[in-house]
This record gives sequence, structure tokens and C-alpha cells, in this order.
Amino acid sequence: MAMRQGRGVAAVNYPTGMNLGGDPTQALVHSTPTGNFMVSLSSVDLGQGMKQIMAQICAETIGVPTDRVIVDTADTDTGPHCMGTFASRGTHRAGNAVIAAAREARQVMLEVAAEELEVNASDLDTDGAGNIHVRGAPQRSISIFDTALSAHFKRGRSISGRGMFLIPRSYPDAETGAMKPSTCYAHACTVAEVEVDDETGEVNVLTVKNIFEIGRALNPKMVEQQLVGGSWMGISHALYETTEPYYPSREHGGRDFNEYLMPGPGDLAQTEVIVLERPAADGPYGAKGPGEMCANPQIPAIANAIFDAVGVRIDTLPITPERILRALKANGTENAGLVAH
Amino acid sequence: MKKVPVQFTLNGEDKAEFVESGATLLKALREKIGDTSVKAGCQQGTCGSCAVIVDGELRLSCLTLAERCDGAAIETTGGLAHGEVLHPLQRAFNEGFATQCGFCTPGMIMAAKALLDGNPQPSREDVVEAISGNICRCTGYEPIIQAILAAARANSLSAA
Repeated sequence: MAMRQGRGVAAVNYPTGMNLGGDPTQALVHSTPTGNFMVSLSSVDLGQGMKQIMAQICAETIGVPTDRVIVDTADTDTGPHCMGTFASRGTHRAGNAVIAAAREARQVMLEVAAEELEVNASDLDTDGAGNIHVRGAPQRSISIFDTALSAHFKRGRSISGRGMFLIPRSYPDAETGAMKPSTCYAHACTVAEVEVDDETGEVNVLTVKNIFEIGRALNPKMVEQQLVGGSWMGISHALYETTEPYYPSREHGGRDFNEYLMPGPGDLAQTEVIVLERPAADGPYGAKGPGEMCANPQIPAIANAIFDAVGVRIDTLPITPERILRALKANGTENAGLVAH
Repeated sequence: MKKVPVQFTLNGEDKAEFVESGATLLKALREKIGDTSVKAGCQQGTCGSCAVIVDGELRLSCLTLAERCDGAAIETTGGLAHGEVLHPLQRAFNEGFATQCGFCTPGMIMAAKALLDGNPQPSREDVVEAISGNICRCTGYEPIIQAILAAARANSLSAA
């Protein structure tokens, strides 16, 4: 009987979105009469922060403060087409669509301002605070509020734009089978340290140190939040969660929350998260998808750490005490007197 | 089914309702009173998202019969803010990014309030123990623990 410590490392290469048959998202942007901007999407915010990020992207592209942007993700029956919020694609696909729509809207906005200021639209710039001015002559300016009023009530223009982003379908090469499953990859590496009780098979994760390469972090606090929570979820997937503990048999599957194990606040590993920013060539302002990847590398890292600690390779998740004890027994390395029945 | 009259105070306001005998406090608060700050999660006492404070004690409203709360003083997150001014716990959760999808947040905050009401300067272990009946899917708990500790520090500063 002994507590045995081990350390494991794992790295992942994670595609942002997919292109099985093409992977499109569309967006529409229009201004209200008072120069606020409305982004219409079908991409759902389920707590991951879609609305905040899309507001930032639209604001940055048009040149207004973020609080001047309203994002409506209300209804897939009526909104512009989105393939959905999955495969870590939301920021990348919808973000690119919003940039395209916001660029078109910005162009109309500048054209209206140009008429008001009697200058060429290509000479105009925004100050990011709600005003448009002549480049090099900031005193020649008009507010976006007045520009929108002019468009709506005087010039009969719609300050609006359409955004389409489509990763086209990639077909496998007939000779080699090579194809391009994704255009954008995020990366991560985790080092996990565990303690395994070779009498009970219980695993205690002592530390998880993660480094994530996610393109540009458009909202660093929200990225951190996603990565810290995801790191915990990776531990949970590795050691606790399953609806089918004896897959493919459905026996002993959890039927409710009482029978679905997840680590609680008392089971936290010491967690470290480092973000590496390497902007993606085709990402909105360089962003990749950190969404699902954040809960992946912990799983193989913990499996490797368990191997390092007690010498057994567990290749079925979750890595339960029962699986570890069975593997130790098969290995002939279990503590004979205590495990044999 | 038989209806029973129930009177209690909710966040200091008098409430009187007829509820079905055997109805839970969760159902009474959400469906009769309309306080949807109380979240209906697992509804079997496992997730903590429905936690409220009854006469100063943390209670799972999904396992508490409404008729047993006759005459009680009930607190929910719906009553924490004063107008635009957030409760220190709400502020700490907000500033500390301790809420993500938000579904566990009301239960977490009530569990934290019950803790701080009795123990204004808790240790990290006290905080972990206090929220051990609450499940969070998103945050990994650490930001929640930190936010509760930050709220306790803010309370001690304002009391000093």
C-alpha cells in the first residue's frame, strides 16, 4: 500500500470549426436612427460570451465604442444563417462574418458623413469614440449620431452591411487522401501531477499546468475564464464523468444528478494557465477558437501521469479506481493482499 | 389537490399565497410569487442552484415544502441589490468573472451570503465547505471561491 506520484504531459492540435460540406456563418449589421449598431446573428450565446465578443468585433470594425453595439442572437428561424455554436467555431466564423458586415456598414456611414462634410469618403476616419473626422484635420468632424440622423431622415440611406463567411468544403485528394479539414488550429499543452493510491485506485490531481495558443485573445478576462473552467472540466472528463460507465452496456449508467459524478469545489487541483497569442491569418483580428480545446489536453496528461505513477495504461474514460485496480491486477503489480477478492 | 394558505416575507416584503399542499418552496417562489432569481436545476437536492435563505439558514428550495415556510423570512438573490447598487457579493462575482453561463450563480451567492452572515472572515476552507453543495459547470470553482473571499475582504474594509 502506497501513495505513488507521477507526472504526465500531453499536447493537442485543435481545429477551429469544421468544413464537412462547407462551414458558413452570416451576419447582418444596421444602424438605428441614433447611430447605435445592431448585429443580427443566429449564433447562440449559451454563456460562452458570444454577444460580448461580437459587440467588440463590430465596434472595432465600425469605429464606435462597444456599448454602442447591440447583438441579437435571438432566433434561428428569422436570423441570418449560422451553422451553429459548436466545434469552437463561434468567434472565428461569426466574427469574420460580423467584420464583413460591419465593413460594408462603415463604408455607407462614411459616404453619408462625406456628403455632410463635403469631402471624399476615402479621406474620412473614425476616432473610436463616436465621431468621424477628416484624416489629418480632426476639427472637420461629424458625430456618428448626426451621421445616422442624416442617413435616416435626409439622405434616405440605410447604414447597413451584409457579412458572409464560408470555409469551403475540402475534398480528399483521390491519390493521397490528403484534405484540409480545417484552416485554423489552436494548440495546447498540459503537464499534470497526480497521486495514485495503489490500494484503492483513487487518483488525486495535485497540479495541472496548461499553456494555450489561441491566436489573439479578443477579451483576455473571458479567455482566462474559459481556460480555467475548461481545465477543471478536463480533469472531470479524465476521472469522473460518464453516463455509460460500462459502455457499450447501459448498466449502471447514471439516471440523474445524484449518479453523475463531477468534482466539487473541494477537489480542485492547483491550476496554472498561460496564454500564448499568435494571431491566426484567417481569424477575426487574429482570433482562433479556444472553446472546446481547453478541456482536452488534461485528459491524456492525467492518463500519462497515472502511468508514470503506477505503471498502468488506462485507455478508457473515465479513469476510475476500478479500472486502475483491474489494470494493476492484470499487471501483477497490485498490492496482492489488499486488492484480491 | 388541496390548497393551503402560506404567508411569509420575501426579501422583507409580505407575501401571501395559496399553494398546493406538498408544493415546494421553489415552485411557490418561481410560479406563484414570480421570483425567478431562484433557479430550478436538478430539483432533487443535488445541484444547489435553488438555494435560498430561510430564517437565516441556507435551504434547498426544491426540497423545502412551501407550507412549512409559513411565517418565515425568506431571502433570495432577487432582493440583494438596492436599486442600481449591487450587494458586495454580486459586485465581487461580477468583477471577479465568477459567473459564466450564470445558472448556478444565484445558489452560489445565497450559499456565500449564508456563510458571510455567520462568519464574516471565512478561510478558504470555510468557503469551499459552504459551496460544496453547489455545482458549477463553467468556472472550475476557483473564481467563485476567490470572489467570495474578495467580498469578505470588502465587507471588513467597509466595517472598519
